[in-house]
Amino acid sequence: MAENRRVLVIGGGMSGLTAAIEAAEAGLDAYIVEKSPYLGGRVAQISKYFWKLCPPNCGLEIQFKRIKNNPRIKYYTLAEVEDIKGEEGNFDVTVKLNPRFVNDRCVGCDACAQACPSFRDNEFNFGMDKTKAAYLPFEQAFPFKYVIDDKSCSKDCMKPCLDACKYDAIDLGMKPETISLKVGAVVLATGWNPYDMNKLDILGSGKIKNVITNMMMERIASVDGPTRGKIVRPSDGKEVKNIAFVQCAGSRDENHLHYCSYVCCLASLKHAMYIREQYPDSKVQIFYIDIRTPGLYEPRFYWKIKDDPNVTFTKGKVAGITENPATKDVIVEVEDVYGGGKIKASFDMVVLATGMDVSTKSSKVGTAISYTPDGLIDDAALKNGIYAVGTLKSPADVARSVQDATGVAIKCIQSVNRR
Amino acid sequence: MEKKLGVYICKGCGIGESVDIEKLAKSAKSGMVKEENIKTHDILCSSDGLQLINSDIKKNGINTVIVAACSPRVKYEEFDFPGCITERVNIREFVVWMQPPNTDDTQSLAEDYIGMGAIRAQKGDLPEPSILENLSKDILVIGGGITGMTAALDAAKAGYKVVLVEKEPELGGFANKLYKKIPTRDYKEPLIVDTDIGKVVQEVESNPNIKVYKSAKVEKTVGQPGLYDVTIASGSGTDTVKIGAIVVATGWIPYDASKLGHLGYGKYKDVVTNIEFEQIAKKGTIARPSDGKEAKKVAFIQCAGQRDPNHLTYCSSLCCVTSLKQAKYVRQNKDALAMILYKDMRTPGRLEAFYKEAQNDPGIMLTKGEVTGVSDAGNGNFYVMMEKSLLGEKIKVEADMVVLATGMVPTTRGPQEYLDGITLAAAKGDEAKKTYLESTPKPDFILNLDYRQGPELPSLEGAAGFADSNFVCFQYETRRTGVYAAGPVRQPMNMTEAQEDAAGAAFKAIQCIDHVAKGMAVHPRAWDLTFPDPQLIRCTACKRCTEECPFGAIEEDAKGIPTYMLNRCRRCGTCMGACPERIVSFKDYSVDMIGSIIKSIDVPEEEFRIICLVCENDAYPALDTVGLNRKAIDPSVRFIPMRCLGGLNLVWLADGFSKGIDGFLLLGCKFGENYQCHFIKGSELANTRFSKVGETLDRLQLEADRVNMMQVAISEYDKLPDMINAFVEKVKEIGHNPFKEM
Repeated sequence: MAENRRVLVIGGGMSGLTAAIEAAEAGLDAYIVEKSPYLGGRVAQISKYFWKLCPPNCGLEIQFKRIKNNPRIKYYTLAEVEDIKGEEGNFDVTVKLNPRFVNDRCVGCDACAQACPSFRDNEFNFGMDKTKAAYLPFEQAFPFKYVIDDKSCSKDCMKPCLDACKYDAIDLGMKPETISLKVGAVVLATGWNPYDMNKLDILGSGKIKNVITNMMMERIASVDGPTRGKIVRPSDGKEVKNIAFVQCAGSRDENHLHYCSYVCCLASLKHAMYIREQYPDSKVQIFYIDIRTPGLYEPRFYWKIKDDPNVTFTKGKVAGITENPATKDVIVEVEDVYGGGKIKASFDMVVLATGMDVSTKSSKVGTAISYTPDGLIDDAALKNGIYAVGTLKSPADVARSVQDATGVAIKCIQSVNRR
Repeated sequence: MEKKLGVYICKGCGIGESVDIEKLAKSAKSGMVKEENIKTHDILCSSDGLQLINSDIKKNGINTVIVAACSPRVKYEEFDFPGCITERVNIREFVVWMQPPNTDDTQSLAEDYIGMGAIRAQKGDLPEPSILENLSKDILVIGGGITGMTAALDAAKAGYKVVLVEKEPELGGFANKLYKKIPTRDYKEPLIVDTDIGKVVQEVESNPNIKVYKSAKVEKTVGQPGLYDVTIASGSGTDTVKIGAIVVATGWIPYDASKLGHLGYGKYKDVVTNIEFEQIAKKGTIARPSDGKEAKKVAFIQCAGQRDPNHLTYCSSLCCVTSLKQAKYVRQNKDALAMILYKDMRTPGRLEAFYKEAQNDPGIMLTKGEVTGVSDAGNGNFYVMMEKSLLGEKIKVEADMVVLATGMVPTTRGPQEYLDGITLAAAKGDEAKKTYLESTPKPDFILNLDYRQGPELPSLEGAAGFADSNFVCFQYETRRTGVYAAGPVRQPMNMTEAQEDAAGAAFKAIQCIDHVAKGMAVHPRAWDLTFPDPQLIRCTACKRCTEECPFGAIEEDAKGIPTYMLNRCRRCGTCMGACPERIVSFKDYSVDMIGSIIKSIDVPEEEFRIICLVCENDAYPALDTVGLNRKAIDPSVRFIPMRCLGGLNLVWLADGFSKGIDGFLLLGCKFGENYQCHFIKGSELANTRFSKVGETLDRLQLEADRVNMMQVAISEYDKLPDMINAFVEKVKEIGHNPFKEM
């Protein structure tokens, strides 16, 4: 048996967790390297999954329990892979561990956050609220450990967090560290970023307050989000009774993302359900090119809302989005493909169904990546023993990402066996 | 093992400021716990605190450690004492973070939890796995199409032996019928390419680790993971092979186009299905079946049956791309025109490139609308009628050939419908069942499992006959442990997806084989070495466990005595809850254990005591989060975690009420359609049992409102305090349980 039966998984979201845990449950040793301070990735930000409308934290809880019970899995948060050398069966990996400034003695008591005088934009909530510079990423975060964002600490701070912590858990002198790992196979599972709405000039360039992205909507609807799950608009906290969704906001567009981002139709349908459940008198309008609810999503999900009289589906291309400066309402102009002519309508809030941008373009993974003309990872060009999973190869939903990430575990077995 | 219990109470995280620690330590003394083995520490999870425990283990022979501190969901690395029974008592989240400091209620709550933890530790034992003998590591793959062949090759390359069973005389499946395919993994341009299926077939047939049976079927599958005896019938006779785990990759059949008469199928020779069109294209030119003339105007009707409540409710996912591909076949003749008539063009992900290319081809016309019918144009051509088109309300498209983009029907659907039909008929009586069996043709079965709960993968509500997982996060969840579905039998999917899926299912088969070899459960308790160990001598053959097991893990002999097939078991404890004789126990989980915990709770005459049994995966973390948010829950409530509410045994209620407990609350996962219980129907079974609790209550002359079950998700921690407190208020309105005074 080869001695190097270890696999490195870059990315601790649902794909990465799946690949690592599955591989470990088949006898491989797995390292997870995650750049944020918590595991769970994109799904941790989601309130409910389509089609079941169940909370992702339920599945994450099971994943974390599997990690807790499996000594073969080791994870690093706030970590980045700097370099991958060697070849299939025998990779040398350099990992940079960024300082958390909080050590393993943290008990999660919140005293540091209470004492901390500085605030930071909460990127978990896409900047819609703030946390202290000493913070817990979110309530059910794993690992259940606080973090200090030193860039947000004010320069003249008297460091009250140090005094507040009774557990000697704060170490402001922590320095970045570099570690080396030897592995037989590597899984790239770094997932996706929401397409930057600042680039969508026709859709308001991200400058209109009540125009948000679908991922922001997810946070607003979440019980651990900036509004504790109450769907209100950012400008004035007003209840959202009249909302529009703009599909393919950047996707299927030669100037932005060429491909279809797969999840956005389903996400908007789900968001329409959130709104309709929270405000029974609300009205929803969805501007789309094609409604894409493949497979069983059609009857299980689309049909649950498509005949709702308060939900209007309009095939059309959005030509412009502006703000009414007085009311902060959002005015949407659309070329109505069916009805002909132009529609101009005002909404309390507009959600842009922004798509998936491949994450490796903005963060390094330590190995050379080539891309297809569409801007997706060309996985056939990856070195033997390095595998890309999930949304890196083609946009996919959670189910397909999990499917792919499970399958990659068998490739990892093959890779470590080939050594 | 002779147990020596040590109780360690942490004073950190506000515990020391909220509870009288000295009093708490004193109260922990019992018959089981000696005074000298009760210790407190300022920060138990610190190295100093852990040193205290470890030195007791080493020097004082403590082998059963009760840690009264934070939730077991945190500090699990610290409080890990190999070789010892470790019981975590959650007095941080469940007591001091939920209750006002230094009240009598808070104090007695903490004292009760430590007492309950001591009983759990006393009644539990370290697991000793049960490993069955003569286990096979071989994998059976049923179906020799692209999915099955990929699964077989992946498993073989990972070092496993594979038996591949294909019902046709040749391997290859549907790919054999195709003229070209959409490139799978490696395309950069929207090209169509040869299927190269022959190369895959050759690779499979030349792999020494794969044994292929052609023109063969699985006649019988007996046993359990690691120990299946599978009988395979083929032209050369019948073989019985030993198998460890199974991949079902039997794929799909095209939807019966004869049901699409309104689209001209069967009526006009030149109206063909997309599968038939592949055969035509394979011959070279696109020749019309009626007269052999080359077709110059081919209309493709999308969703020919799909997305239609009268035919197939679902979208087949690949027909849009198939038609875009077939339009390219038409366009091999530059004078020919292809017209694709669609409801929504569905080319998700990178497949969008094929759609875009078609849009740029002047010879491909793409029109959105609903096709209402196909009629004879009189000149040998056809009219396709459409509504809601972009050009107006109704249009007519003339074509010399029509292709119906029919969808896929999973091969599991026939058997599932047939078996569900039997169940339905049987519910109406023996006569109805007999009539059903006589009048209904039996479809081809796939697995022919010799299981009490049925011969095939059970159907899933809303899945239209697909052998899909019910869980978004866990795509290979199966209700028949060791049997994993892959490819279009699981969901509509294309070849790329089917190959990825094949790898996943083959992997899960390997994992299952590995786990049963260690006597370890598979998902979702993939670490668990305990197992149900029924005292069959007391069994009354009531058959409840065999009927209720969500995974069909329990068979029975001629007398109705159950046989536990441990390698099928997922350790949820549903059998433990079902058993009226209370004979099913795990090493660390039993009816007696929970019952003793409940009975240990002191019920002062003037106070209320309510037991809340909680699902450890969802309700428990939600309660932890309630504590994190410092929200109050009435201090009369005692939480007891359970692997799954399916383990609820009604004896606990009877015992609890007789002792004076005022109410019982169950917190379980959502059940019914779209159920969220990861043991399939644990919470539903608990609810069913609960609904029968009336008898017990009547006998004790107690009010029905003293018991309640709530469905709660992990994210509903914002609602939990109100939900629980409202129940407590209701019980308080009813008043004290009169048994308290006895």
